[in-house]
Amino acid sequence: MAEVKLTIDGISVNAHEGALVIDAARSAGIHIPHYCYHPALGNPGVCRLCLVEVEGAPKLQVACRLPVKDGMVVKTRSEAAKKAQAFSVELHLVDHPLDCPVCDQAGECLLQDYYQRHALHSSSVREDKLHKPKRVELGPNVMLDAERCILCTRCVRFLDEITGTRELGVFQRGEEGEIALTPGKRLDNPYAGNVVDLCPVGALTERDFRFQVRVWYLKSTPTLCTGCARGCSILLQTNPERRWHAGGRRAVRIKPRVNSSVNGWWICDEGRASWKAVDAPSRLKTPSWLKSGKAGAMAWEDAEKLLAAELAELCRVRGPEGLAVVLSGTLSNEDLYAAKKLFVERLRAGRLLVKPGPDQLGEEDGLLRRQARVPNLRGAQALGFGAALKECSWDSLLEDVLSGKVWGLWAVGRDPLAVWGEKGPAALSKLELTVHQAVHASAFTQAARWVLPSASWAEQDATFTNFQGRVQRARKALEPLGASRPDWRIFGGILRSLGGAWPHESPEPVFAELSLKEPAFAGLGFELPPEGASL
Amino acid sequence: MSGRITVKTVERPRMGLLEQVYVFEALRGLWVTSRHFFLNLWRHTLKAAGLKAEPGAVTIQYPEDPAVVARRARTRHRLLKREDGSPRCVACLLCETICPAKCIRIVAEESPDVMVEKRAKSFEIDLGECVFCGYCVEACPEDAIRMDSGQVEMSAHSREDMVWTMAELMGDQPKLRPIRPSKDPLAG
Repeated sequence: MAEVKLTIDGISVNAHEGALVIDAARSAGIHIPHYCYHPALGNPGVCRLCLVEVEGAPKLQVACRLPVKDGMVVKTRSEAAKKAQAFSVELHLVDHPLDCPVCDQAGECLLQDYYQRHALHSSSVREDKLHKPKRVELGPNVMLDAERCILCTRCVRFLDEITGTRELGVFQRGEEGEIALTPGKRLDNPYAGNVVDLCPVGALTERDFRFQVRVWYLKSTPTLCTGCARGCSILLQTNPERRWHAGGRRAVRIKPRVNSSVNGWWICDEGRASWKAVDAPSRLKTPSWLKSGKAGAMAWEDAEKLLAAELAELCRVRGPEGLAVVLSGTLSNEDLYAAKKLFVERLRAGRLLVKPGPDQLGEEDGLLRRQARVPNLRGAQALGFGAALKECSWDSLLEDVLSGKVWGLWAVGRDPLAVWGEKGPAALSKLELTVHQAVHASAFTQAARWVLPSASWAEQDATFTNFQGRVQRARKALEPLGASRPDWRIFGGILRSLGGAWPHESPEPVFAELSLKEPAFAGLGFELPPEGASL
Repeated sequence: MSGRITVKTVERPRMGLLEQVYVFEALRGLWVTSRHFFLNLWRHTLKAAGLKAEPGAVTIQYPEDPAVVARRARTRHRLLKREDGSPRCVACLLCETICPAKCIRIVAEESPDVMVEKRAKSFEIDLGECVFCGYCVEACPEDAIRMDSGQVEMSAHSREDMVWTMAELMGDQPKLRPIRPSKDPLAG
């Protein structure tokens, strides 16, 4: 495409022919205020906020509908443009209830921001405000306040163009126009939560987040979603200080982070709700073992020593062939590398399982969600699991356990009882050693001889490889709950107790060693760019 | 508009000869004190004789006599109610946010009234941490909190008792201060 040269606010800007003035300005670091325009949803030009002065044009122009031309001179901050922008904000506020004190959007609201930046008028409207429906539950996680709406139609366009589900529409006309559900529909598609992020004002808010905590208390950590094999870029928002808010939970909200190579602007609702698991009551907090039918908590050092001794003894007497290790695609590259060193290179365990069974599969669609509900399946493959390292299946494993070929089962983040159903308890009774290493308690936790608590994805620095082979960083937003630890540290501790070499105390050197030893990861560093890097 | 600091130099006042001699200034000070003493003595005498309603300057016998505070003094906080008796507070958390001592703790919940939308489930002020700056009153967009109760005596026997709950701040419930038998630290 041909390049054109134009001038915006005195700055010379190069842009592709046909690009919009609003985008050209953004590339030059000039922000033109706008509500209705969204790079993924087009430019209906209804909010009239991006009015700019163009030399030679008789009237002000709408920057989001104006293609660039060679030699164009645009002034976004001229007196006429400033006046028009301020007037647009004033018009948007005519019927706005100004209920910022009770509005969850306050603090991240574009009406507030643009009023401060571009308007600062005292209202010239003397008429009463028009009242519209408030506190309307559009769906399981979206609340509508029609009074706050400025009719930018971003939500409607998202549901028309991206999901194609068309749950929302604009009804009535003029001042009485309002966003409402299409008759007979409910806003419950798997991507419905995105309309909340798109809404520039407080009209659409998240029900899960409603009145939980004010947004200015939140700390945002750029990380990735571990809900499925896509690994969408997200911001995990936590409430670090004021623990009386949000019911004492530390993780309170997830927002999408723009990453054009993975998820674009969106995330699915499943991923959006995945903060709930971080502080769930089912979290395991201390290492423990079952001794004569009773669970006894212990320190990590003791657990490592005792478990290593048990493992070594059983491997000597019964042979390492009978040790089955169920790993998971939920583990990071570092975790899987440490697991490989412990179970494959040191113990030579006879049976390995990583690939998702019925316990880790979900619905897939064309937008974001992948069938494998684990973030690092590709990483496991890149490390050799399922290829050079042969895998068994849940069914063959059950057979081998029932026939007595397997004496030990170490399950990481997965529950064999949930997969095996009614045959499970009989199988467990045949095993001499059972280890459940997991973030959350499940049925297997009760039955397992050893319970080792893992840190959740939000509590560690790690790398995951998504289905496209893109290695992305998860960043630590919180301290591990209780005594829980990243899985690589658990594997490393056992390896050390068995007499193996494991010098690493932080994830960075683990990844450095991994990228040296594993050809698939060669050349990658732990400090990855925000959008990740390809294998 | 830039962050530059402008410095204005102020001349130190020069002392004249009389001030430098000192004795005259000392006598002048003595004169001021004596004048107040005799003026007040005169006013008290007039009051005693029934010739004047107002007495001279009075020393308040605190704590036997109650403390007198100016009307604009910032005293213990009070939460206000609407005409229908419900609390004015909408749990916007601006006071909690502005509070430099971080002594306000509010938990929000849904209000049954859709036009109010949000209200405080609990509202606590730890007066043991409060610095009585009055920022909470300034920040409040609903005129829900004021520091005009006139109460300046808030001591308690434990840190927990220094925390005032919503009902206590609204006056719905008297602040109960259980008098605990004080422990003699030397008594073992």
